[in-house]
Amino acid sequence: MKFSANEWRRHFPLLANHPRLHYLDNAATGQLCEAAFDAVTHHELTQRANVLRGTYKLAEAADAAYENARRQAAAYLNAVAPDEVVFTSGTTASINLVAHAFGDGLQSGDEVVLSLAEHHSNLVPWQMLRARRGITLRFIPLTADGRLDLARLGEVITPRSKLVAVTHASNVTGAVTDLAPIAAAARAAGARVLVDGAQAVQHGPVDVQALDADFYAFSGHKAFAPNGVGVLWGRAEALAALPPFLGGGGMIGRVTAESSTWAAPPRRFEAGTPPIAQAVALGAALDWLRQQPWQAMRAHTKHLAQRLLDGLAVLQELTLLGPRDMQDRLPIVAFNLAGIHPHDVCQVLDAHHVAVRGGHHCAQPLMAHFGVEGAVRVSLAPYNTEADVDALLAGLREALKKLK
Amino acid sequence: MNDDLYQQAILDLAKSADGAGRLDAPDGAAQGDSPLCGDRVRMEVKLENGRIAALAHEVKGCLLCRAAAAAIGRHAAGLDAAQVAALRGEVAALLAGADAAPAWPELKCFAPVRPHRNRHGCVLLPFDTLIEALKS
Repeated sequence: MKFSANEWRRHFPLLANHPRLHYLDNAATGQLCEAAFDAVTHHELTQRANVLRGTYKLAEAADAAYENARRQAAAYLNAVAPDEVVFTSGTTASINLVAHAFGDGLQSGDEVVLSLAEHHSNLVPWQMLRARRGITLRFIPLTADGRLDLARLGEVITPRSKLVAVTHASNVTGAVTDLAPIAAAARAAGARVLVDGAQAVQHGPVDVQALDADFYAFSGHKAFAPNGVGVLWGRAEALAALPPFLGGGGMIGRVTAESSTWAAPPRRFEAGTPPIAQAVALGAALDWLRQQPWQAMRAHTKHLAQRLLDGLAVLQELTLLGPRDMQDRLPIVAFNLAGIHPHDVCQVLDAHHVAVRGGHHCAQPLMAHFGVEGAVRVSLAPYNTEADVDALLAGLREALKKLK
Repeated sequence: MNDDLYQQAILDLAKSADGAGRLDAPDGAAQGDSPLCGDRVRMEVKLENGRIAALAHEVKGCLLCRAAAAAIGRHAAGLDAAQVAALRGEVAALLAGADAAPAWPELKCFAPVRPHRNRHGCVLLPFDTLIEALKS
């Protein structure tokens, strides 16, 4: 199936409103797609009501839209059932949910295994759990190019491991994690597996069954949907085994003055009024994305990333962080220009209408692994074009001239 | 235009690196971190009668941060903690859009940073770190 980035970008209203913009910060947030925008508008104009309790037609319509979004998210993830989809406020909330609901059942001596490539959202909640429960954190080390060193899995995943929580793909280097051996090692140790999918879902549908994970977390705003909504997918039996995290309305079975019983998942984990319109929009975005020609789209972003890598290779005094090729890698590229701070590079690029991000990217242990404080990161989406990459490269040449 | 940020005055100030280095046996020292970008500033001072007799700084940061630290390195000798705090207030006011000229002429070069709120912290970090060093 053919794919045209110039046609695809027409589905993203912001890009039409900023025709000179070269938006290359997609790992931070993706632009809102028309399907999500239309879904929000339709929902808020025709079926806005609270969910789960109303007996009037408007509330029933809101219920139906919300549960349809759950089905759409489940389909995108190839989940066994929609009830395996918990709506949260985003990846961070999803991971914190597991860190509390699962983590608070752990005790001193139990181990949670992470990697040194994690975003802070898949590190700090576990450090906080360690402070609460006295667990031990262990870290899968990295290879020189920032990939998880799978040859050393046996050193960190042991019979004491209760959970292995790793990124599906690095938000800094784009390196895609080979999850199969990690899941296998975790299974052998009797540990659960949580995958941080924040960077992966916007690059095509995910098959959580094939990943053999127990939990999968992602955010709507990186998947061309609104912010304020995300998903925690959990294998049905894994979710059923967990107590709730937040208490409140909607998550109970029955409440007396003295005690409560819990609703079944997913509502057990959706205390209070959920982000209804945002979830409806996320469902619409995922449904639209699921129908896109991903093979051609991935070939397109891979081509752009290779063009970027080739252009960077001729710049003097440039250091790449992470893999040097496109093997098992998303179109995310991080680098530094010697002697020039990433923020200064980004500021000069902004003057050229190129939007990229500089800094530690909420991955300071990974920065420490590379021996840097921060980096410039370019992250591509299918609506990007060769013109975007070329504008970036021209801006970098200007930054070198101006700031060196 | 963002390019205005990188006028020659700010580039020269940053590259001067006035005051860069470490002191032997400082009377006060502090380290400041920017949670936004991971920048790190270390300030060390020697004091005489509560005033800065000598100062040195180490900056792992952007041009704006390095320029602010260099301005401090150039002018901070003789100031006490209250004067440093007042100066920090002047810089914050400059970034917020105040017209009043700051005491050190070099600081005017930070005026183009005004519209870039996420960069204000880069300029202020050396001042905040110096204030902490004087407390230590």
